[in-house]
Amino acid sequence: MKRVLETKEVAGQSPNYLLAKVQDLIDWAVNSSRANSLWPMPFGTACCAIEFMATAASRYDFARFGMERQAFSPRQADVLICAGRLPFKLAPVIRRIYDQMPQPKWVISMGACASSGGIFDNYAMVQGIDTIVPVDVYVPGCPPRPEGLLYGVLLLHKKIKGESLFDRAPRREEQPLDERGLRLPPEQINEISEPFGNSIHQFRSA
Amino acid sequence: MNSSVEALRATFGSAIGRAIESCGDTIVYIDPAKLPEVMRWLRDTPEQHYDYLVDVTAVEYRDRERPLEVVYNLRSLARRTDLRIKVELDPQGDLTLDSVVPLWRGADWLEREVYDMFGITFRGHPDLRRILMWDTYAEGYPLRKDFPLRGRFSRAEQVRQALAANPEAHYSMEELSIAQAYDGLPPDMQERLRRGERAKIPYSE
Repeated sequence: MKRVLETKEVAGQSPNYLLAKVQDLIDWAVNSSRANSLWPMPFGTACCAIEFMATAASRYDFARFGMERQAFSPRQADVLICAGRLPFKLAPVIRRIYDQMPQPKWVISMGACASSGGIFDNYAMVQGIDTIVPVDVYVPGCPPRPEGLLYGVLLLHKKIKGESLFDRAPRREEQPLDERGLRLPPEQINEISEPFGNSIHQFRSA
Repeated sequence: MNSSVEALRATFGSAIGRAIESCGDTIVYIDPAKLPEVMRWLRDTPEQHYDYLVDVTAVEYRDRERPLEVVYNLRSLARRTDLRIKVELDPQGDLTLDSVVPLWRGADWLEREVYDMFGITFRGHPDLRRILMWDTYAEGYPLRKDFPLRGRFSRAEQVRQALAANPEAHYSMEELSIAQAYDGLPPDMQERLRRGERAKIPYSE
Protein backbone atom coordinates (compact mmCIF):
# COMPACT_ATOMS: atom_id res chain seq x y z
CA MET A 1 0.00 0.00 0.00
CA LYS A 2 2.82 2.36 0.89
CA ARG A 3 4.44 1.85 -2.48
CA VAL A 4 1.19 2.45 -4.27
CA LEU A 5 0.69 5.71 -2.43
CA GLU A 6 4.20 6.84 -3.19
CA THR A 7 3.64 6.12 -6.86
CA LYS A 8 0.44 8.12 -6.80
CA GLU A 9 2.16 11.18 -5.39
CA VAL A 10 3.84 11.73 -8.71
CA ALA A 11 0.72 10.92 -10.66
CA GLY A 12 0.37 12.75 -13.91
CA GLN A 13 4.05 12.54 -14.71
CA SER A 14 4.78 8.96 -13.79
CA PRO A 15 4.31 6.09 -16.21
CA ASN A 16 3.37 4.04 -13.13
CA TYR A 17 0.15 5.97 -12.74
CA LEU A 18 -1.98 3.51 -14.68
CA LEU A 19 -0.41 0.54 -13.01
CA ALA A 20 -1.12 2.07 -9.62
CA LYS A 21 -4.72 2.57 -10.62
CA VAL A 22 -5.03 -1.06 -11.69
CA GLN A 23 -3.44 -2.19 -8.42
CA ASP A 24 -5.87 -0.04 -6.48
CA LEU A 25 -8.77 -1.54 -8.36
CA ILE A 26 -7.59 -5.08 -7.68
CA ASP A 27 -7.01 -4.27 -4.02
CA TRP A 28 -10.41 -2.69 -3.73
CA ALA A 29 -12.13 -5.72 -5.24
CA VAL A 30 -10.19 -8.27 -3.20
CA ASN A 31 -10.32 -6.37 0.06
CA SER A 32 -14.03 -5.59 -0.23
CA SER A 33 -14.85 -9.20 -0.77
CA ARG A 34 -12.57 -10.30 2.06
CA ALA A 35 -13.78 -7.71 4.52
CA ASN A 36 -17.44 -8.14 3.80
CA SER A 37 -17.54 -11.90 4.06
CA LEU A 38 -15.44 -12.71 7.08
CA TRP A 39 -15.91 -16.18 8.43
CA PRO A 40 -15.28 -16.08 12.14
CA MET A 41 -13.85 -18.96 14.10
CA PRO A 42 -15.13 -18.47 17.65
CA PHE A 43 -12.76 -19.56 20.38
CA GLY A 44 -14.88 -18.93 23.45
CA THR A 45 -13.42 -19.83 26.82
CA ALA A 46 -15.26 -17.64 29.32
CA CYS A 47 -17.96 -15.05 29.91
CA CYS A 48 -16.87 -13.10 26.80
CA ALA A 49 -18.22 -16.03 24.81
CA ILE A 50 -21.69 -15.26 26.19
CA GLU A 51 -21.42 -11.73 24.83
CA PHE A 52 -20.10 -13.19 21.61
CA MET A 53 -23.21 -15.36 21.36
CA ALA A 54 -25.35 -12.29 21.98
CA THR A 55 -23.47 -10.55 19.17
CA ALA A 56 -24.17 -13.46 16.87
CA ALA A 57 -27.84 -13.71 17.82
CA SER A 58 -30.69 -11.82 16.26
CA ARG A 59 -30.66 -8.61 18.29
CA TYR A 60 -27.12 -7.53 17.40
CA ASP A 61 -26.61 -9.95 14.54
CA PHE A 62 -23.12 -9.63 13.14
CA ALA A 63 -24.36 -11.34 10.01
CA ARG A 64 -25.24 -7.80 8.98
CA PHE A 65 -21.52 -7.20 8.56
CA GLY A 66 -20.92 -10.25 6.44
CA MET A 67 -20.12 -12.68 9.23
CA GLU A 68 -23.05 -14.84 8.30
CA ARG A 69 -21.30 -18.13 8.50
CA GLN A 70 -19.53 -19.10 11.66
CA ALA A 71 -16.82 -21.57 10.90
CA PHE A 72 -16.35 -24.07 13.66
CA SER A 73 -13.52 -25.54 11.68
CA PRO A 74 -10.32 -23.49 11.43
CA ARG A 75 -9.79 -24.71 7.87
CA GLN A 76 -12.76 -22.68 6.68
CA ALA A 77 -12.26 -19.61 8.82
CA ASP A 78 -10.41 -16.37 8.31
CA VAL A 79 -10.88 -14.49 11.55
CA LEU A 80 -10.17 -16.06 14.90
CA ILE A 81 -12.12 -14.45 17.74
CA CYS A 82 -10.63 -15.37 21.08
CA ALA A 83 -13.40 -14.60 23.56
CA GLY A 84 -12.24 -15.10 27.11
CA ARG A 85 -9.23 -15.88 29.24
CA LEU A 86 -6.66 -18.29 27.93
CA PRO A 87 -4.89 -20.64 30.33
CA PHE A 88 -1.45 -21.96 29.46
CA LYS A 89 -3.00 -25.36 28.96
CA LEU A 90 -4.98 -23.98 26.01
CA ALA A 91 -2.06 -22.03 24.52
CA PRO A 92 -0.88 -24.85 22.20
CA VAL A 93 -4.49 -25.43 21.18
CA ILE A 94 -5.14 -21.88 20.02
CA ARG A 95 -1.75 -21.83 18.35
CA ARG A 96 -2.62 -24.96 16.41
CA ILE A 97 -6.01 -23.57 15.46
CA TYR A 98 -4.33 -20.40 14.24
CA ASP A 99 -1.76 -22.39 12.28
CA GLN A 100 -4.54 -24.44 10.68
CA MET A 101 -6.36 -21.40 9.36
CA PRO A 102 -5.57 -20.58 5.73
CA GLN A 103 -4.08 -17.24 4.74
CA PRO A 104 -5.17 -14.48 4.84
CA LYS A 105 -6.22 -14.59 8.48
CA TRP A 106 -6.88 -12.14 11.25
CA VAL A 107 -7.32 -12.38 15.00
CA ILE A 108 -9.63 -10.42 17.27
CA SER A 109 -8.76 -10.53 20.95
CA MET A 110 -12.04 -10.01 22.76
CA GLY A 111 -12.04 -8.78 26.34
CA ALA A 112 -9.49 -7.77 28.94
CA CYS A 113 -8.32 -11.30 29.74
CA ALA A 114 -7.58 -12.28 26.16
CA SER A 115 -5.86 -8.95 25.51
CA SER A 116 -3.73 -8.65 28.64
CA GLY A 117 -4.53 -11.39 31.12
CA GLY A 118 -6.95 -9.02 32.84
CA ILE A 119 -7.35 -9.66 36.53
CA PHE A 120 -5.82 -13.11 36.16
CA ASP A 121 -2.18 -12.19 36.63
CA ASN A 122 -1.33 -15.62 37.96
CA TYR A 123 0.54 -18.83 37.28
CA ALA A 124 -2.07 -20.43 35.07
CA MET A 125 -3.05 -17.68 32.65
CA VAL A 126 -1.52 -16.42 29.43
CA GLN A 127 -0.89 -12.67 29.81
CA GLY A 128 -2.42 -11.65 26.52
CA ILE A 129 -2.93 -13.97 23.57
CA ASP A 130 -0.55 -11.81 21.53
CA THR A 131 2.21 -13.83 23.18
CA ILE A 132 0.79 -16.87 21.38
CA VAL A 133 -0.70 -15.59 18.13
CA PRO A 134 -0.50 -12.18 16.41
CA VAL A 135 -3.55 -10.03 17.14
CA ASP A 136 -5.13 -7.45 14.83
CA VAL A 137 -7.88 -5.93 16.95
CA TYR A 138 -8.10 -5.73 20.73
CA VAL A 139 -11.61 -5.24 22.08
CA PRO A 140 -11.46 -3.92 25.65
CA GLY A 141 -14.12 -4.59 28.24
CA CYS A 142 -14.93 -7.13 30.89
CA PRO A 143 -16.75 -8.48 29.03
CA PRO A 144 -17.21 -6.07 26.11
CA ARG A 145 -20.79 -5.36 25.12
CA PRO A 146 -21.91 -6.64 21.71
CA GLU A 147 -21.57 -3.09 20.38
CA GLY A 148 -17.92 -3.22 21.40
CA LEU A 149 -17.30 -6.41 19.49
CA LEU A 150 -19.17 -5.04 16.47
CA TYR A 151 -16.98 -1.95 16.61
CA GLY A 152 -13.95 -4.20 16.70
CA VAL A 153 -15.23 -6.06 13.66
CA LEU A 154 -15.72 -2.76 11.83
CA LEU A 155 -12.18 -1.74 12.74
CA LEU A 156 -10.99 -5.02 11.31
CA HIS A 157 -12.95 -4.25 8.11
CA LYS A 158 -11.13 -0.94 7.95
CA LYS A 159 -7.80 -2.64 8.44
CA ILE A 160 -8.51 -5.24 5.76
CA LYS A 161 -9.60 -2.56 3.31
CA GLY A 162 -6.29 -0.78 3.88
CA GLU A 163 -4.21 -3.84 3.01
CA SER A 164 -2.67 -4.38 -0.37
CA LEU A 165 -1.94 -7.51 -2.33
CA PHE A 166 1.16 -5.83 -3.73
CA ASP A 167 2.69 -4.98 -0.40
CA ARG A 168 4.51 -7.91 1.10
CA ALA A 169 5.56 -6.14 4.28
CA PRO A 170 2.50 -6.86 6.46
CA ARG A 171 2.44 -10.49 5.42
CA ARG A 172 2.57 -12.52 8.58
CA GLU A 173 5.52 -14.52 9.69
CA GLU A 174 4.32 -18.07 10.05
CA GLN A 175 7.27 -19.15 12.13
CA PRO A 176 8.34 -17.47 15.36
CA LEU A 177 11.56 -15.51 15.32
CA ASP A 178 13.52 -17.52 17.85
CA GLU A 179 13.35 -20.45 20.21
CA ARG A 180 11.52 -18.32 22.77
CA GLY A 181 8.48 -18.41 20.49
CA LEU A 182 8.26 -14.65 20.07
CA ARG A 183 7.17 -13.28 16.73
CA LEU A 184 8.64 -9.85 17.34
CA PRO A 185 11.92 -8.73 18.91
CA PRO A 186 11.53 -8.51 22.72
CA GLU A 187 12.20 -4.74 22.81
CA GLN A 188 9.43 -4.15 20.34
CA ILE A 189 7.03 -6.32 22.32
CA ASN A 190 7.83 -4.44 25.53
CA GLU A 191 7.33 -1.14 23.80
CA ILE A 192 3.94 -1.90 22.31
CA SER A 193 2.63 -3.92 25.22
CA GLU A 194 3.53 -1.49 27.99
CA PRO A 195 0.07 -0.02 28.50
CA PHE A 196 -1.50 -3.49 28.64
CA GLY A 197 0.54 -5.06 31.39
CA ASN A 198 -0.95 -5.10 34.86
CA SER A 199 2.26 -6.21 36.51
CA ILE A 200 4.94 -3.61 37.13
CA HIS A 201 7.65 -6.22 37.57
CA GLN A 202 7.24 -8.20 34.42
CA PHE A 203 7.39 -7.28 30.80
CA ARG A 204 5.38 -9.09 28.22
CA SER A 205 8.42 -10.52 26.49
CA ALA A 206 10.24 -11.80 29.57
CA MET B 1 -22.57 -32.01 67.93
CA ASN B 2 -22.74 -35.06 65.78
CA SER B 3 -23.25 -38.29 67.77
CA SER B 4 -20.54 -39.97 65.70
CA VAL B 5 -17.91 -38.10 67.69
CA GLU B 6 -18.69 -39.97 70.90
CA ALA B 7 -18.74 -43.26 69.07
CA LEU B 8 -15.39 -42.45 67.44
CA ARG B 9 -13.83 -41.61 70.79
CA ALA B 10 -15.19 -44.79 72.34
CA THR B 11 -13.78 -46.90 69.52
CA PHE B 12 -10.46 -45.26 68.67
CA GLY B 13 -9.56 -43.39 71.86
CA SER B 14 -6.45 -41.28 71.47
CA ALA B 15 -6.46 -41.41 67.65
CA ILE B 16 -9.31 -38.93 67.76
CA GLY B 17 -8.19 -35.37 68.38
CA ARG B 18 -10.33 -32.37 69.18
CA ALA B 19 -13.82 -32.02 67.81
CA ILE B 20 -15.42 -28.68 67.14
CA GLU B 21 -18.68 -27.47 65.77
CA SER B 22 -18.70 -24.76 63.14
CA CYS B 23 -21.81 -23.37 61.44
CA GLY B 24 -23.72 -26.51 62.41
CA ASP B 25 -21.09 -28.87 61.01
CA THR B 26 -19.06 -31.16 63.18
CA ILE B 27 -15.33 -31.22 62.52
CA VAL B 28 -13.20 -34.02 63.93
CA TYR B 29 -9.42 -34.03 63.82
CA ILE B 30 -7.90 -37.48 63.60
CA ASP B 31 -4.45 -39.01 63.63
CA PRO B 32 -3.08 -39.37 60.07
CA ALA B 33 -1.73 -42.83 60.84
CA LYS B 34 -5.21 -44.08 61.77
CA LEU B 35 -6.95 -42.51 58.76
CA PRO B 36 -7.77 -45.69 56.77
CA GLU B 37 -9.09 -47.53 59.83
CA VAL B 38 -11.26 -44.66 61.01
CA MET B 39 -12.63 -44.07 57.52
CA ARG B 40 -13.40 -47.71 56.97
CA TRP B 41 -15.12 -47.87 60.36
CA LEU B 42 -17.18 -44.77 59.53
CA ARG B 43 -18.25 -46.29 56.25
CA ASP B 44 -18.93 -49.86 57.36
CA THR B 45 -20.43 -49.51 60.84
CA PRO B 46 -24.22 -49.69 60.43
CA GLU B 47 -24.85 -46.93 63.01
CA GLN B 48 -22.49 -44.61 61.13
CA HIS B 49 -22.96 -45.56 57.49
CA TYR B 50 -21.15 -42.64 55.89
CA ASP B 51 -21.53 -43.99 52.38
CA TYR B 52 -20.86 -40.82 50.41
CA LEU B 53 -17.57 -38.94 50.22
CA VAL B 54 -18.62 -35.45 49.20
CA ASP B 55 -15.21 -33.88 48.80
CA VAL B 56 -11.55 -34.22 49.59
CA THR B 57 -9.60 -31.02 49.75
CA ALA B 58 -6.73 -29.43 51.63
CA VAL B 59 -6.04 -26.11 53.34
CA GLU B 60 -2.80 -24.36 54.05
CA TYR B 61 -3.16 -21.34 56.29
CA ARG B 62 -1.32 -18.06 55.98
CA ASP B 63 -0.16 -18.57 59.55
CA ARG B 64 3.02 -20.60 59.10
CA GLU B 65 2.62 -22.15 62.56
CA ARG B 66 -0.58 -23.90 61.62
CA PRO B 67 -0.32 -27.30 60.00
CA LEU B 68 -1.57 -28.18 56.57
CA GLU B 69 -5.01 -29.78 56.78
CA VAL B 70 -6.54 -32.39 54.54
CA VAL B 71 -10.33 -32.25 54.74
CA TYR B 72 -12.74 -35.10 54.07
CA ASN B 73 -16.41 -34.20 53.84
CA LEU B 74 -18.51 -37.27 54.54
CA ARG B 75 -22.23 -37.72 54.23
CA SER B 76 -24.51 -40.51 55.19
CA LEU B 77 -27.27 -40.56 52.62
CA ALA B 78 -29.44 -42.89 54.68
CA ARG B 79 -29.05 -41.01 57.97
CA ARG B 80 -28.89 -37.57 56.37
CA THR B 81 -25.90 -36.62 58.46
CA ASP B 82 -22.70 -34.82 57.60
CA LEU B 83 -19.31 -35.26 59.20
CA ARG B 84 -16.09 -33.45 58.39
CA ILE B 85 -12.86 -35.25 59.09
CA LYS B 86 -9.61 -33.31 59.17
CA VAL B 87 -6.07 -34.61 59.18
CA GLU B 88 -3.16 -32.38 60.09
CA LEU B 89 0.18 -32.66 58.31
CA ASP B 90 3.41 -30.79 58.84
CA PRO B 91 4.01 -28.68 55.68
CA GLN B 92 7.77 -29.12 56.05
CA GLY B 93 7.51 -32.82 56.76
CA ASP B 94 6.48 -35.86 54.81
CA LEU B 95 3.25 -35.12 52.97
CA THR B 96 1.98 -38.65 52.65
CA LEU B 97 -1.41 -40.04 53.51
CA ASP B 98 -3.24 -43.27 52.86
CA SER B 99 -5.63 -43.12 49.96
CA VAL B 100 -9.35 -43.60 50.57
CA VAL B 101 -9.99 -44.70 46.98
CA PRO B 102 -10.40 -48.35 48.13
CA LEU B 103 -13.30 -47.10 50.30
CA TRP B 104 -14.92 -44.54 48.03
CA ARG B 105 -14.16 -44.74 44.31
CA GLY B 106 -15.14 -41.10 43.98
CA ALA B 107 -12.00 -40.10 45.85
CA ASP B 108 -9.93 -40.90 42.75
CA TRP B 109 -10.05 -37.49 41.03
CA LEU B 110 -10.45 -35.59 44.31
CA GLU B 111 -7.17 -36.97 45.63
CA ARG B 112 -5.52 -36.32 42.29
CA GLU B 113 -6.59 -32.69 42.58
CA VAL B 114 -5.19 -32.41 46.10
CA TYR B 115 -1.98 -34.00 44.87
CA ASP B 116 -1.82 -31.61 41.93
CA MET B 117 -2.44 -28.46 43.96
CA PHE B 118 -0.74 -29.31 47.29
CA GLY B 119 1.72 -32.08 46.52
CA ILE B 120 0.26 -34.50 49.05
CA THR B 121 1.02 -38.07 48.05
CA PHE B 122 -1.72 -40.62 48.61
CA ARG B 123 -0.39 -44.10 49.26
CA GLY B 124 -2.36 -46.74 47.43
CA HIS B 125 -3.97 -44.40 44.90
CA PRO B 126 -4.34 -46.33 41.63
CA ASP B 127 -3.32 -43.52 39.28
CA LEU B 128 -1.81 -40.59 41.12
CA ARG B 129 -0.87 -37.92 38.58
CA ARG B 130 -1.73 -34.30 37.94
CA ILE B 131 -5.29 -33.56 36.92
CA LEU B 132 -5.58 -29.78 36.39
CA MET B 133 -2.04 -28.89 35.42
CA TRP B 134 -0.38 -30.85 32.66
CA ASP B 135 1.79 -33.90 33.33
CA THR B 136 5.07 -32.13 32.59
CA TYR B 137 4.31 -29.09 34.79
CA ALA B 138 7.55 -28.46 36.65
CA GLU B 139 6.89 -25.34 38.71
CA GLY B 140 5.57 -27.07 41.81
CA TYR B 141 2.23 -27.16 43.61
CA PRO B 142 0.27 -23.97 42.97
CA LEU B 143 -1.90 -23.75 46.09
CA ARG B 144 0.97 -24.08 48.54
CA LYS B 145 1.71 -20.86 50.39
CA ASP B 146 5.36 -20.87 49.30
CA PHE B 147 4.30 -20.89 45.64
CA PRO B 148 4.54 -17.41 44.06
CA LEU B 149 1.29 -16.20 42.55
CA ARG B 150 2.77 -15.85 39.07
CA GLY B 151 4.57 -19.17 39.15
CA ARG B 152 8.24 -19.87 39.51
CA PHE B 153 9.30 -19.42 35.89
CA SER B 154 9.37 -16.22 33.88
CA ARG B 155 6.46 -15.49 31.59
CA ALA B 156 8.63 -16.14 28.54
CA GLU B 157 9.62 -19.55 29.88
CA GLN B 158 6.00 -20.35 30.71
CA VAL B 159 4.92 -19.41 27.20
CA ARG B 160 7.76 -21.42 25.71
CA GLN B 161 6.87 -24.50 27.73
CA ALA B 162 3.17 -24.11 27.00
CA LEU B 163 3.77 -23.83 23.26
CA ALA B 164 6.12 -26.80 23.34
CA ALA B 165 3.33 -28.93 24.79
CA ASN B 166 1.52 -31.34 22.56
CA PRO B 167 -2.22 -30.56 22.56
CA GLU B 168 -3.01 -34.19 21.89
CA ALA B 169 -1.13 -35.42 24.93
CA HIS B 170 -4.15 -36.16 27.09
CA TYR B 171 -2.83 -39.52 28.10
CA SER B 172 -0.69 -40.60 30.98
CA MET B 173 2.53 -42.47 30.42
CA GLU B 174 0.72 -45.67 31.46
CA GLU B 175 -1.97 -45.20 28.85
CA LEU B 176 0.60 -44.40 26.20
CA SER B 177 2.58 -47.52 27.00
CA ILE B 178 -0.61 -49.55 26.70
CA ALA B 179 -1.29 -47.94 23.33
CA GLN B 180 2.23 -48.80 22.25
CA ALA B 181 1.79 -52.36 23.35
CA TYR B 182 -1.43 -52.67 21.34
CA ASP B 183 0.35 -53.71 18.17
CA GLY B 184 2.07 -56.53 20.00
CA LEU B 185 -1.17 -58.06 21.25
CA PRO B 186 -2.52 -61.26 19.70
CA PRO B 187 -5.23 -60.62 17.08
CA ASP B 188 -8.10 -62.02 19.16
CA MET B 189 -7.30 -59.68 22.03
CA GLN B 190 -7.01 -56.71 19.63
CA GLU B 191 -10.45 -57.63 18.32
CA ARG B 192 -11.88 -57.76 21.84
CA LEU B 193 -10.37 -54.35 22.67
CA ARG B 194 -11.76 -52.93 19.45
CA ARG B 195 -15.22 -54.08 20.46
CA GLY B 196 -14.86 -52.01 23.62
CA GLU B 197 -14.02 -54.73 26.07
CA ARG B 198 -11.93 -53.42 28.92
CA ALA B 199 -9.78 -55.12 31.49
CA LYS B 200 -10.81 -55.23 35.13
CA ILE B 201 -10.13 -51.90 36.75
CA PRO B 202 -7.19 -52.39 39.12
CA TYR B 203 -8.74 -51.02 42.30
CA SER B 204 -12.21 -52.57 41.99
CA GLU B 205 -12.79 -54.99 44.82
